[in-house]
Amino acid sequence: MAPATYELTVNGQKRSVTADPGTPLLWILRDELKLTGTKYGCGIAACGACTVHVGGVATRSCIVPVSLIGDRPIVTIEAIGQDPVGRAIQDAWVSHDVVQCGYCQSGQIMSAVALLKSNRKPTDKDIEQSMGGNICRCGTYVRIREAIKMAGGAQS
Amino acid sequence: MKPAQQISRRAFLAASGTAAGGLLVSLYFDRPLHAQQPAQNPRIYPPDAFIEIKSDGKIVIQVNRLEFGQGVQTALPMLLADEMDADWSQVVPELAPAADIYRDPMRGFQMVGGSGSIATSFQQYRELGARTRAMLVAAAAARWTVAPEQCRTEASVVRGPAGQSAKYAELATDAARISVPATVQLKKPADFRLIGKQVRRLDSRAKCDGSLKFGLDLDLPGMKVALVAHPPVFGARPKSVDDTAARSITGVANVFQIPTVSGGTAVAVVADKFWTAKQARDALKVEWDLTAVERPDSAALWATYRQLAGTPGNVAVTRGDRAALDALASGDRIVAEYEFPFLAHSPMEPLNTTVRFDEGRAEVWAGSQFQTVDQAAIAEVLGLKPEQVTFHTEMAGGGFGRRATADSHVQREAAEIAKRVPGTPIKVIWTREDDVQGGYYRPMHAHRVEVGVGRDGLPVAWRHVVVGQSIVAGTIFAGFMIRNGVDATAVEGVADTDYAIPNFHVSVHHPTPNVPVLWWRSVGHTHTAFVMETLIDELAARAKMDPIAYRRRLLNPDAKKLRAALDLMEEKSAPWRAKLARNHATGIACHECFGTAVACAVDVSIENKRPRIHRATVAIDAGLVVNPLSVEAQCQGALVFGLSQLMANGAITLKDGRVEQSNFDRYTPPYIVDAPVAVDVHIVPSTENPTGCGEPPVPVISPAVVNALSKLTGKRYRTLPLVTV
Amino acid sequence: MSRSRVAFGLALFLLVVSVGAFATASRRADGLAAWQQVHSVLIHPRCINCHTAVEYPQQGDERRRHYANVVRGPDGHGVPGLQCATCHQESNANSTGVPGSHDWHLAPLSMAWQDRNDKPLSSAAICRAITDRRTNHNIDGPALLKHNAEDTLVGWAWEPGRDIHGNARTVPPLSRAEFAEATRQWVEAGMPCPQL
Repeated sequence: MAPATYELTVNGQKRSVTADPGTPLLWILRDELKLTGTKYGCGIAACGACTVHVGGVATRSCIVPVSLIGDRPIVTIEAIGQDPVGRAIQDAWVSHDVVQCGYCQSGQIMSAVALLKSNRKPTDKDIEQSMGGNICRCGTYVRIREAIKMAGGAQS
Repeated sequence: MKPAQQISRRAFLAASGTAAGGLLVSLYFDRPLHAQQPAQNPRIYPPDAFIEIKSDGKIVIQVNRLEFGQGVQTALPMLLADEMDADWSQVVPELAPAADIYRDPMRGFQMVGGSGSIATSFQQYRELGARTRAMLVAAAAARWTVAPEQCRTEASVVRGPAGQSAKYAELATDAARISVPATVQLKKPADFRLIGKQVRRLDSRAKCDGSLKFGLDLDLPGMKVALVAHPPVFGARPKSVDDTAARSITGVANVFQIPTVSGGTAVAVVADKFWTAKQARDALKVEWDLTAVERPDSAALWATYRQLAGTPGNVAVTRGDRAALDALASGDRIVAEYEFPFLAHSPMEPLNTTVRFDEGRAEVWAGSQFQTVDQAAIAEVLGLKPEQVTFHTEMAGGGFGRRATADSHVQREAAEIAKRVPGTPIKVIWTREDDVQGGYYRPMHAHRVEVGVGRDGLPVAWRHVVVGQSIVAGTIFAGFMIRNGVDATAVEGVADTDYAIPNFHVSVHHPTPNVPVLWWRSVGHTHTAFVMETLIDELAARAKMDPIAYRRRLLNPDAKKLRAALDLMEEKSAPWRAKLARNHATGIACHECFGTAVACAVDVSIENKRPRIHRATVAIDAGLVVNPLSVEAQCQGALVFGLSQLMANGAITLKDGRVEQSNFDRYTPPYIVDAPVAVDVHIVPSTENPTGCGEPPVPVISPAVVNALSKLTGKRYRTLPLVTV
Repeated sequence: MSRSRVAFGLALFLLVVSVGAFATASRRADGLAAWQQVHSVLIHPRCINCHTAVEYPQQGDERRRHYANVVRGPDGHGVPGLQCATCHQESNANSTGVPGSHDWHLAPLSMAWQDRNDKPLSSAAICRAITDRRTNHNIDGPALLKHNAEDTLVGWAWEPGRDIHGNARTVPPLSRAEFAEATRQWVEAGMPCPQL
């Protein structure tokens, strides 16, 4: 397909990209905009490493083509710390020593922020369901669970 | 067809030769070696290769092995910084590039694996810190014309006897001129400020805000991305390649064929970026010649393996009374047959390597577990000497053994492509499909065990046949790890069991199907511990003995670490084991590997036809623990990794030569719902030499969970993965 | 009245009733035939994969459980962090193999056409589920027809896009126009359901 130009809003900034319409947002972010904090883990939305927020909704960028974004604002891991919930999650992750290799954690954090923004006091079941589609091969799930509760507590 | 040995042992030793003669020690410690820790490393490591004290006070410490989540880039600097009395808040770790000085002091090459980082570099990094401190003090003492013994150090400051003080940053230049002391005094444990304390990782924040770059994130001027269409059956070659459509895509630079280490040929696509390369690769029309290669098939392999398991193999260990073993044919006995499938490691960051080849030199960026080996392999492909290859170690998104390949196949791929596109950095990326289908699996195994049970319910005779590919055959490690036709990695955990079984015979068959295999976190223990711990549990149930008491009874009296771990686990889990909820059961397992003993108790129920692990109590004896926070995280994480073996979609299978799974949809690792809800970790206090933690907790979780399930269902689980409960 | 007139009247009555009964029976037969056509679409994977009785959708013609542990959530749109819209956009993404349509979500549990073992219910049970005003969100026949003929998400079944390998997804055995027509006939026949 012939490339097209897209006016995206990424982390509050207007960015113009020209790309094949079928290019997943993930590769626009990483290769065109050099925002490599959002990761490639599987390419079929099974692992969540590519999670960003689009129009306020946690979105798996590896399978959404840039042509379907429209004018919905995009927020990535690089900017989520400017959001108070994002900052609380990042601080909890650090103080609770959640990460190991860290490769999945951008996606984990973006999913956790989506959860906490809608529910300040998630139960274990809430956490399992909302975080249920994010893979961590290092197995940091136990600490993720605890850190989400810490961040929720810190928020209220 | 075995994977071809791509680098001759002689070439490797030449590349890895040290001044002392390049003696490679076994990758795995033999038992006695774990207990040894030379009072001083034979080698005096120069501080200036490991520490840089910057003028702003930052202390940059070179970490001599890959960080891939295990926490080594915090723990090794802790050792150094403690002895150095450095200000911890100023410490910045860096992953050292490939160089002789960064070789593992005991293994002799730059590597990470075998859960050995702390064990082998404990002394080394402490001495580096102590020597640096001594040199800084000497510089200060000279400045103040006092005796060094009159000076104290704390948080990057030297203080003199009369109130003088100088920051390390101020003294660094003078200190560098002082000759490195031959002997050093190390701290007594009572004086540790960091070692043994809960210290948070140094790389957390950068991993939480998207700023830390992994190998896959590398971006260099003029860089191109390469994807490789690998043969769908290992070792195959294309009959024909139609790349017209691929080449017509804008941004595609080259399409050409490259050799693979399995003796086959792959098709490489070089493009300006990932998505272009992917589309181009998808547009390739390749007809593969599958007639000249063996096409392994899981169903056919199982038939062979089962048959082999019924016959004696190469003897790994034999002791006791021949008659007692022969009597196994009759009498009170258990006969158990176990099956374990191929497993992929699937670290979250897919494999990748970047190589740039110029005239007479090359530069490499890779998250490698085996820098020395990989550097030599790239040099070989490019016709260079290893020292002409600058090899940067990138932070890696997980490894679990997958980044420790004797044949350096990914690096070779990258070098083969870079060779054809000189002057251009080439980043080879493996997609998740490449990863799941690309081989280098934990080998499939069959076990057949006959246990003769004595009147006291203890095993009196034990005959054990293991069937599985040799991981190291055909590699540079074969000479050290295969004896009498037995690959030690296939029988570890059985042959060296700490259970006191008087009449004991373990033998092994090593079939050679056309599937590349590799060590998967805890290697042979992944399957041997499952067999041992489920059989021991079954024996305990038969004898109507408590599973903990049974193990205590059966363990060798001198299995000190296992006994300590078992005791601590029993104590810490007693409160919840005593008031287990209805429809819950406790499962127990314990195992020692890589010098460390782990005991585990799990609280399990069945929900939605799957095991639900409500909590796990883990006790670990790893000798002196440098960072208990890191050990806690490793235990928690390793348990989850071990649960990969129980996932319903937790098997790699082959049909007529092709791997049937291609991504996480059909080869599914544990998600949060599969993990224990809570894991409490307890460390046996110890002043013994440190041993490892990365792998030891992996083998215990699957048998512990399955032992609990057996209590709930009455069934025995001997075939993995756990498709139905 | 004379007996013959009574007899004639009775015969006429019986004739009318039997013709009516025959008309009713034949109307019912026509309706059931139409229902069979409608049913053949409903149980096609493009439709039934989201009409589950459990906490998850299915995917593929083999109707396996949807991967990545996606769940129904309180109103069939998933849960925060893992909504249907986390992946499924307003139209198909053929370059990545993800289907999409307006407001992608699961049918409510009351519109489940499977049992809790992911096995399709009988034709009769599905018919009852669809027509029971107590549980079908009070939709009458005309509303059902409108749903089948005009709803955007329903319409996705006939333009389901391509999977990640580039293969076109299979579509139901009737075209949408045929499905709408069969629905109309079934509705006009009084929405009869099979007995068993």
